[in-house]
Amino acid sequence: MSDDSLGFIFLNACIINNFVLSSFLGICPFLGVSGKYETASRMGFAVMFVMLVSSVCAYFINTLLVQLDMEYLRLICYIAVIASSVQLVEMVMKKYSPALFRSLGIFLPLITTNCAILGLALFQTAKGYNFLECVVYALGAGSGFTLALVIMSGLREQLSLHDVPSIAKGAGLTLMVAGILSLAFMGFAGLGS
Amino acid sequence: MSTPTNESLDVFVKGLWRENPVFVMLLGMCPVLAVTNSVINALAMGLATLFVLVMSSALVSLLRNVIPKQVRIATYIVIIATFVTVVDYSIQAISLEVYLALGAFIQLIVVNCIILGRAEAFASKNGIGKSILDALGMGIGFTFALLCLGGVRELLGNGSLLDINILGPHFEPWSVMILPPGGFFVLGAWLLLFSWLKERSERRKTEKEASHVG
Repeated sequence: MSDDSLGFIFLNACIINNFVLSSFLGICPFLGVSGKYETASRMGFAVMFVMLVSSVCAYFINTLLVQLDMEYLRLICYIAVIASSVQLVEMVMKKYSPALFRSLGIFLPLITTNCAILGLALFQTAKGYNFLECVVYALGAGSGFTLALVIMSGLREQLSLHDVPSIAKGAGLTLMVAGILSLAFMGFAGLGS
Repeated sequence: MSTPTNESLDVFVKGLWRENPVFVMLLGMCPVLAVTNSVINALAMGLATLFVLVMSSALVSLLRNVIPKQVRIATYIVIIATFVTVVDYSIQAISLEVYLALGAFIQLIVVNCIILGRAEAFASKNGIGKSILDALGMGIGFTFALLCLGGVRELLGNGSLLDINILGPHFEPWSVMILPPGGFFVLGAWLLLFSWLKERSERRKTEKEASHVG
């Protein structure tokens, strides 16, 4: 078990080791849906929610697998759990909050192939977090993801109003901006050590 | 007119350059940025992905008439996860050093969009021979892109290639290159370079046409 305090786990996942900008997890949605502020924040919250659900499920599944001595099945179980929890979230949302379901649209199923979520499940296993720590870690990672996505979408909305050289239109410029953003987040690296 | 050999050659070659998964389609970016801080890590990651891609494309293509349409994505994911587990344990056995350097990113090959994308877009519709060729092309294209990044980052960030010092003892390493921001910068620079080359060749073509017309 780790001896980090809950607050530090949250800060660590959210800012110091930000999933997107320091650990390179979830780059696809980060580049894909960060064009508009609205969609970026919605996507962020959907990911945070799925992270929370799958992190809790992954915790229980790992306990079960360790007891049965079948850790080699971990990866297959995790991905199955994530796929089904995305499906579950989709169904529950459709039943109880159709408005939110409609506004998320295509983003919900896409979350399955977001590596931030599988990464979160694998990291929490590797770090040996207990139940409460897992929940806090998932919340921190989710808010970190949302934070990165929202900042990036703000920058890109501004950039789209400016006249950039024609070769830089599209992914090249976005990656350069992401690099500068990542450089800024590196400033937090010494925090808490 | 295209003969069968030409066609399969085309299936293989398009992944290398014209439809390169990283530089053109921008798929599977997470491992591209995360593990390319040295050439050896990039090579290991590329080969691991190549293996999973070829094996799962072959299996998906063999089973394409058996898998029910409704559960196909779930089936693909389970197939991919099986091969990733194989790779995960193999790398651990072959080189623990590389395994520790790549960390969770070997297991994260499962969610690499290239593999699921090829399974859905190509292997589920084509025969096994063609699917393997397509997977080989895509996998080699992916490895090539990883090496492009890994080479630049190791050279600038460490002054070496494959741990052999190249730039001499007086070179001051740009340590930012092996840190996370370097990944974004180098990939961004490659993309800018490619779009510059593309624009230049297009401009030349139009100039040529204009002078012909003139």
